[in-house]
Amino acid sequence: MADVSEPLGAVLPILDAKSDLSVRVRRGAEYIAIPLIALAVSGLLFSVFLLALGKSPAEFFSLVERGGFGTAFSLQNTLQRSAPLIMTALAVAVPARVGLIMIGGEGALVIGGFAAAAIAIPLVGRAPPLTTLIIMAITGVAVGACWVGIAGFLRYARGVNETISSLLLTYIGIAIMNFFVEGSLRDLTNPNKPSTKPIGEAYMVGKMPGTDIHWGLAAGVLLAIALQILLSRTTFGFAVRIAGGNPRAALAQGLSVGKLIVICAMIAGACAGLAGFFEVAAIQGRANASLVAGYGFTGILVSFLARHNPIAIIPVAILFGGIVASGGLVQRRMDLPDATVLVLQGLTFLVLLTSETLYGRFSFFRVSGTEDRT
Amino acid sequence: MRYPYISRRVVLKSTAAGLLAAVSGARIAAAKDIVLGIVYVGPRDDFGWNQAHAVAIQALKTVPGVKAVEEENVPETDACAKSMESMVNLDGANIVLGTSFGYFDPFMIDLAKKYANVEFRHAAPLWNAAKHPKNLGSYFGYLNQAHHVDGIAAGLSTKSNKLGFVAAKPIASVLSNINSFMLGAKKTNPNAVVQVIFTGDWSLPVREAEAVNALVDAGCDVITCHVDAPKVVIETAEKRGVKTCGHNASQAPLAPKGFITGAEYKWETIYKGYATKLAEGQPLPNMVSGGYESDMVRNTPFGAGASEEARKAATAGIADLKAKKPIYVGPLKDTKGNVVIDKTYDNLDPYLDQMNYLLEGVIGSIT
Repeated sequence: MADVSEPLGAVLPILDAKSDLSVRVRRGAEYIAIPLIALAVSGLLFSVFLLALGKSPAEFFSLVERGGFGTAFSLQNTLQRSAPLIMTALAVAVPARVGLIMIGGEGALVIGGFAAAAIAIPLVGRAPPLTTLIIMAITGVAVGACWVGIAGFLRYARGVNETISSLLLTYIGIAIMNFFVEGSLRDLTNPNKPSTKPIGEAYMVGKMPGTDIHWGLAAGVLLAIALQILLSRTTFGFAVRIAGGNPRAALAQGLSVGKLIVICAMIAGACAGLAGFFEVAAIQGRANASLVAGYGFTGILVSFLARHNPIAIIPVAILFGGIVASGGLVQRRMDLPDATVLVLQGLTFLVLLTSETLYGRFSFFRVSGTEDRT
Repeated sequence: MRYPYISRRVVLKSTAAGLLAAVSGARIAAAKDIVLGIVYVGPRDDFGWNQAHAVAIQALKTVPGVKAVEEENVPETDACAKSMESMVNLDGANIVLGTSFGYFDPFMIDLAKKYANVEFRHAAPLWNAAKHPKNLGSYFGYLNQAHHVDGIAAGLSTKSNKLGFVAAKPIASVLSNINSFMLGAKKTNPNAVVQVIFTGDWSLPVREAEAVNALVDAGCDVITCHVDAPKVVIETAEKRGVKTCGHNASQAPLAPKGFITGAEYKWETIYKGYATKLAEGQPLPNMVSGGYESDMVRNTPFGAGASEEARKAATAGIADLKAKKPIYVGPLKDTKGNVVIDKTYDNLDPYLDQMNYLLEGVIGSIT
């Protein structure tokens, strides 16, 4: 699954620029139309589910529209919720390109966020806010990178299954944070909720001008674009995809697959660590158990739905943010349990994964004479 | 092999139809009733903390002129702020209640500043007149009083004189429940001791079950707990054939044989108070708290595990608490022998809110 989503012609030499563009547009449309159809089908299936419960699908979808996208408030609500998902999804997408299923984003988010909060303790009140924030961000990113890097290194050096090790590292990361937050770094003025000392309002990351959304969204979008360029337009990205497609062939070509694996794992950890930094610096203002909010795990879903394509992660994360944002309104108005939204998410996931088999099967998207170019 | 051909027209048509259906759904008219929004951190039917609130909201929904909107499973991150904001913006909530500790700072503080004409109330004693906005406030119940009643009944229900307590974290409110339970048990059975196991977090079902098994293996024949959702503790204890006392909400249906009674919050007293005041246009108090003396806690109706003797003693204990008879009669020593409670304290004395010790009679350590 590593590189099938790659737009055609991204790495191959362009023979005929004009016709190549039209081919790319036509074939690219497939990657938009099929997910849209899949979304519509999952909407239909979910409507059947709602009808079985005796609820109105029309009411449900109008509430989703209103609660997730319909008003300026709803849209910002959706975008804000999607910000951490973009970064944690990237933490899955990058290793997936090199053939690894890394699911340790949650741990890197928590440990990265914790490290950012911890490094801020001696700086707050002494260093200026901008310097502090930059140091916090670098720390969060570096610690997150090292954290998932461990799983990558174990894969490379010891052949340890990276899925298992990255998942287990998540629990170790959470335990380390709890150990310090409930012990030596605990803010004693807060007797009932073990937390690190708050960094204070002056040191928090602000909102983007004119919106209620913090800068994490912009950072996530920029990061996604940067990683897309890295993976599709550079020799490094090319090497990554070869190693992901066939590690033996890559080795035979003289690529240092082990190094690529560790670097991709570190990039993944860095993305999640950045999410942790924003969670601390823009939202919580301190590190505590609230960092363990499941963003790392939802990110896995987002990345798979986006077929591990960094650019596609952005709209998928926004869709997820919207479903979760409107889930509250649905609960409140239709008297449905919270799990209803999980049913919708699960259906969407299944139908989208099933729809993968449809690629290349509609003649409309095929341009004669270009089949060999995939 | 041939596959169905889907034309552009079909795709466009169905997409447009879908969009139209989504946009044209009926808009919900703004409500004129008092709208109370409440946000829970877990599921409403957790047999614990969240259920205790949800039960009160069900009671509130029967009051004419009051509409309640609920949202469950909302984590303590900006998701809770957005859920609350959504209640204000889309449901027209007049008052929003946050029931999880981490909702307060910074989320509810910021919201209260942003929406000055909406009341925000949070279920833990965190509001501080000097620091926080006036449309924000706190409410909580002294559940340790109901645990004290549990202890009175438990003291008469044990044969081994060993009572087991499964606790989440060694923080003030948990320690106060353990100590009050122990003091209740000592009242009816001076030989009783309370053995505590801390699991380390609010919801760790596997470790909670292990703790129950360890306590029963150590000879405890009455088990109670302070964890978010006591379901696992009560069910495991019932399976092991020992008696149980509940916590937060009613767990009576989970233990048809061994359930004695349980400590429950009576949030409806507070919620109905808020709704009435809002309907009359009166200002809401910023701090509402109390125990039996103000009808804010209660004990679950006695189960099959409660003997006639235990029922009588517990009922008398409730009457004492309603008459404000103190639980902490000093001097009392902690487990290390230091006098930590020098004199008799009133049940609502703020000194007791700072509890960071286990009293003599409890077996266990907080470090």
